[in-house]
Amino acid sequence: MIKFDKFSLENGLRVIVHHDPSTPIVAVNTLYNVGSRDENPDKTGFAHLFEHLMFGGSINIPKYDEPLQKAGGENNAFTNSDITNYYLTLPKENLETALWLESDRMLNLAFSPKSLDVQRNVVIEEFKQVYLNQPYGDAWLLLKPLAYKVHPYQWSTIGKDISHIENAVMDDVKAFYNRYYNPNNAILVIAGDVETNEIKALVDKWFGSIPAGENIRRELPSEPQQTKERKLTVKREVPANAIYMAYHMSERKHEDYYASDLLSDILSNGDSSRFYQKLVKGRKLFGEINAFLTGEIDNGLFIIIGKILEGVEINDAERAIKQELELICNETVSEDELTKVKNKVESSLIFSEVNILNKAMNLAYYELLGDAAMIDKEVEKYRQINVDKIQKIAQQIFRQGNCSTLYYLTNNS
Amino acid sequence: MNFTPNRKIQPDIKPVKSVDLTMTEKYRLENGFQVFTLNLGTQDLVKIEWVFEAGLAYQTKTLLASFTNKMLSEGTTSYSAFEIAEVFDRYGAYLSTNIDKDFAYVAVYCLTKYLDHILPVLTEIISAPIFPENELQTLLNKSKQEFQINLKKVKSLAQISYPPLIFGNGHPYGQKAEVEDFDKLNRNDLLSFYENFYLSEQSKIFVSGKTDQQILRKINHAFERIETHQKHQLAEPDFSVDFSTRKHHKIKIDDALQSAIFVGKKMFNKHHPDFIGMQVLSSILGGYFGSRLMSNIREEKGFTYGIGSSLYSYKHDGLFSIQTEVGSDHTDATLTEIYHEIELLQNHLVGNEELSLIKNYLTGQLIRGLDGPFAVHDKLKAAVLFGNDLSYYQEFIETVISITPETLQKLAIKHLQQNSLIELIVGK
Repeated sequence: MIKFDKFSLENGLRVIVHHDPSTPIVAVNTLYNVGSRDENPDKTGFAHLFEHLMFGGSINIPKYDEPLQKAGGENNAFTNSDITNYYLTLPKENLETALWLESDRMLNLAFSPKSLDVQRNVVIEEFKQVYLNQPYGDAWLLLKPLAYKVHPYQWSTIGKDISHIENAVMDDVKAFYNRYYNPNNAILVIAGDVETNEIKALVDKWFGSIPAGENIRRELPSEPQQTKERKLTVKREVPANAIYMAYHMSERKHEDYYASDLLSDILSNGDSSRFYQKLVKGRKLFGEINAFLTGEIDNGLFIIIGKILEGVEINDAERAIKQELELICNETVSEDELTKVKNKVESSLIFSEVNILNKAMNLAYYELLGDAAMIDKEVEKYRQINVDKIQKIAQQIFRQGNCSTLYYLTNNS
Repeated sequence: MNFTPNRKIQPDIKPVKSVDLTMTEKYRLENGFQVFTLNLGTQDLVKIEWVFEAGLAYQTKTLLASFTNKMLSEGTTSYSAFEIAEVFDRYGAYLSTNIDKDFAYVAVYCLTKYLDHILPVLTEIISAPIFPENELQTLLNKSKQEFQINLKKVKSLAQISYPPLIFGNGHPYGQKAEVEDFDKLNRNDLLSFYENFYLSEQSKIFVSGKTDQQILRKINHAFERIETHQKHQLAEPDFSVDFSTRKHHKIKIDDALQSAIFVGKKMFNKHHPDFIGMQVLSSILGGYFGSRLMSNIREEKGFTYGIGSSLYSYKHDGLFSIQTEVGSDHTDATLTEIYHEIELLQNHLVGNEELSLIKNYLTGQLIRGLDGPFAVHDKLKAAVLFGNDLSYYQEFIETVISITPETLQKLAIKHLQQNSLIELIVGK
């Protein structure tokens, strides 16, 4: 159980306080409800580039990092398709520095042209380092547009193309900030050995005077149902053939999400899972193979990725995966196998709460989904899934017409 | 509240002066194993970790130490690999094996309520592994594939190639695996490495989480029946091999978009009186987001997504290195800037403002590293394995707080002469 208090300021900022006296540090997590799905198709990669600019100085504070480091703190941030999340930890005595910093960059940025110039280059290097200069690094850049034709999940957070980042100008930056970086579009979580009363006063002091922005209604095009199988083959300088399969599935908040998650665990979570036992150990077809969900808020993907061992035909490897999927569609799993993966879900949720920053991030994310209190109901939602539901969801997801397959092959194959 | 805060001025801060780490205990089991316990945390979880002096330095052929370690859970006298995996998955427990240059680690994380199911299996994994051939083959296939993929990454290739350049191929810390080595390992090698290096009386056990007497009794009961292995009569590896080498190395990758750059040298470990001072100096240079290298090469010039410098402390030696990946066109300019930043540290005193920032940052970092039982577990382990106890961290704080600009300048001159640094570039 994670206990917390929740309140809102007049400007719409939602605040969650979690009291944990066992840690000497405090975590502050600021989630902005904007991600790469909110980008214009001609200006992709922007939400993430913008995340970099949030460290380039705010209206009253020329450098974000310096005062935080002076207070013994450390911070970072990430952007994904749905959210942009800023987080920091510092010794609890110095909490007020964190609120001073976060509130100032919510109030207004410095918009320094130098910062934009430099961060454009940094992000281009990040693009190269993570996506282009790594074996299989561009697989997601290929797989997502294969699976999504209409919904903005078709592009990756880093962007469709380096040119989109190169072409970003200050006017875009300001417009993006004014639209999304407002208290009514943010969730602030403070976790540590803190009392709600003192937090209320401090948050009011630093965030209370920030004006609210326009309320945003998100209207994204929904992805039409896929009816025909899609395939793409690429050859690259990589040591092993790989297969990437993407099946459309439900949105995060749908009850089907939980059954889908358990389904992916039965297939590949842990060394006793089906894929590992049968395809890696038994038939020795793959070096590794994983099944997992993208877990995005709108309709997501059920992903299977396998790295095929030398000497194994790609068709044989693919057929072996399909056989496993057919098996789970045709024969109900045993109660025992299902209980096993449910236990594992429960334990991984408990282990994720060992660290104060994780707790703060989780609370913010569940609040965005609808209510931070959902976090404590998750295990129950998984527990309610029965073996018939697993079979039904497998049949629903693993239809041939619902699949996009990327064959990522070595140059000499 | 109705007043407007002064946003121009940072709220008051309190620097860290001390650290409270009094929640540990230690004792010996009847068979000699030392147990270190840590009672901390709010959830009913426990982590049990075994540490053996069976790291990479002790192997007579590459991959031997790491595969012995990884294979412990792949079958024992009473349990098959599948049964072991089943038990861990069923009770939502995690087994993690790990290796570094000096030590081999086997850790289990589990919900306290399932400890009775996990302990017998853990005991078998530690004391009765049989290293089945089929399992070994699967693991070799898998690891060989991962290794081949890593060789395609400029950074991983640099990581693999750098230690031999620093310590020399013949040094226990300078070994480097090749793809062919994955075809040369057999189960007899593993069995004899296990017999020689695991379960000596020096083996240590760390237990952390919300622990109480009942939990500890169970753990003691399970482990005190394990027979220790006679301290092997094998010669200790020779850590004294000295290696002088070329200063500039390059591995050419024609189609690389970025180059990995490593610049560093053999240094010393935590026992050296200059170690903490060098940690401060290395942090100023490249140890945090606001460091000089990050400010210059990322935030000023945009050459890279990240650059850092670190000190690595091993049991018998140490290593200092600066590491980055930069756009291929920026390789030379980055090297120039790296040496320039080192010269600045040698020729000018670090300013008071920067020094007070780094002192607060490092002491704060220590506090941030004490979040939750498993984080403190790692701090305790790091201290104990170097023959220290948790008072080391109080000493660390005091040394950091009192260091002067003059000392840092002396250290930069003494330990970072450009002609002593070894450079490796992997890229175009």
